[in-house]
Amino acid sequence: MTVLVFCEVLDGKLKKASREALSIGRKLAEAAGGDLAAFATDRAAADDSGRYGAKKLYVADAGAYNTETYTAAMQAAITASSATVVLFGGTSNGRDLAPRLAARLNAGVASDVDRLEWTDGKLRARRPVYSGKAFATVEISGTPAIATTRINAFPAEESGGGAPEVVEVSAPSDSKTKVVETKVSEADELSIVEADIIVSGGRGLKEGANFSIIRDLAHAIGGAVGASRATVDAGWIDHQHQVGQTGRVVSPNLYIAAGVSGAIQHLAGMSTSKHIVAINKDPEAPIFRIADLGVVGDLFTIVPALTEEVKKAKAH
Amino acid sequence: MNSVVCIAQVPDTETRIKIGGDGRHIDDTGIKYIVSPYDEYALEEAIRLKEKQGGDVTVLAFGPDRVQQALRESLARGATKALHVKGESADADSLGIAKVLAAAIKTIPHDLVFFGKQGVGTDNSLVGPMVAEILGYPQVNVVTHLEVADGKITAHREIEGAEEIIEASTPAVITAQKGMNEPRYASLKGIMAAKKIAIDSKSVSDLGLADSDIVNQRVTVVSLELPPEKSGGRKIDGADPAAAAKEIVRYMKEEAKAL
Repeated sequence: MTVLVFCEVLDGKLKKASREALSIGRKLAEAAGGDLAAFATDRAAADDSGRYGAKKLYVADAGAYNTETYTAAMQAAITASSATVVLFGGTSNGRDLAPRLAARLNAGVASDVDRLEWTDGKLRARRPVYSGKAFATVEISGTPAIATTRINAFPAEESGGGAPEVVEVSAPSDSKTKVVETKVSEADELSIVEADIIVSGGRGLKEGANFSIIRDLAHAIGGAVGASRATVDAGWIDHQHQVGQTGRVVSPNLYIAAGVSGAIQHLAGMSTSKHIVAINKDPEAPIFRIADLGVVGDLFTIVPALTEEVKKAKAH
Repeated sequence: MNSVVCIAQVPDTETRIKIGGDGRHIDDTGIKYIVSPYDEYALEEAIRLKEKQGGDVTVLAFGPDRVQQALRESLARGATKALHVKGESADADSLGIAKVLAAAIKTIPHDLVFFGKQGVGTDNSLVGPMVAEILGYPQVNVVTHLEVADGKITAHREIEGAEEIIEASTPAVITAQKGMNEPRYASLKGIMAAKKIAIDSKSVSDLGLADSDIVNQRVTVVSLELPPEKSGGRKIDGADPAAAAKEIVRYMKEEAKAL
């Protein structure tokens, strides 16, 4: 029994999502008495994937991400490894590739899972549905069983393994799509999906320019900037920041909500955060129902004071 | 330029989810169903293309009779044709749904196939790419901008901290992200015109598929549960901003271990 994990390299290192997927993949392999293997298109993945327990690394010389060439390369790696379980970290590429591959192999796939276990020879996954208003436990039959893992749901844990055996797999070069340009966002902001800490602003900010208060705090803490749907729809901030049912569902270690009342769609998108701080002037705001620490007061004075206090704490 | 737009009908995002008696489905008593929000961007994009380049926009949905309402609304916004594939979609997994939609799409002339980037609710984000694979088409997922010219598309795909500009041949599958456009509301004229359009309907067997091809094919829901009720924690008065800030920092350090 082999668990194969699709790995992505950024700046010579494995992406967090890949390290997390390897970590849960290793646990599944151990539970089933099998082995962990990794797939990458970059040999730089070797050291890291070994550290997270991969015994073999399947490498395809497939260049930058392309749905069709990567699907074919992963298919070759699955055949070569006889993988029973295939995991993808929940990145844009993982989420693009997993369904394409599943359809090719007539295989089952569960997306955005936050729990995985191997029971009675089958993969069981738990996944949030209705943006976290409910959780579905699903069972995948057939081989391979495929899942994409939710970022921040599985801790990345090294296992102290050595360098994996590297196995080449072929990658075709023909594809009906071509990436002609990649435009990196100028703002160089941390993505809310990967962040350990998110500072979110809501309608309480009164106008778009006031997002600077939120950005200052996020920057001081080293967190990402989140936003409620109302602020995105008002054009105050880009949709990439939106937390909730028509944005992203996030589960960081710490979520700070300022001026966010807590509409049901927003709460669904962040209520699995491990620690929640809410700042709102309305003591009846629904966000306080799920906040671990609620501060009833004016965000325009409290947030800047908090930014200063964080800077002081960090300076020590 | 002919487009097919696949429409998912989902519970209104305001819905408080309750679990049904079987512990595997939601209780749909009193639920108001809407067109999945991302599908609205997909539909709008297809209608704009039709307005510029002519052709048909066919909206396609698989499910029980209630999905005709979603098709009707889509016609009122400007789709020109509608196809309802009748069937119980509740126990179909994504691959099963993709097989039905792919078979239905083959019966409709098309250059582009549009989806929302996910059905809001089941939140799988799987069906679009699966249909692309079954039909052998290129796919561009999470698209924020699209241009179509000379049998070729140029699509902007949103990825972490960047945007890829991707060229693809047609036919192709596009999944729409919020921000791709500003969806229009149905006009009264549109609503009246839509009433004159007959919704075509087919059964799963008309498409050469059996229920066993689609129901619980690979992925079965074993149980559905609500998250544990979170009881709110401490609430403090923020009248003194400096004191409140100190308390939050203490919480961040000692309890969240985040500093």
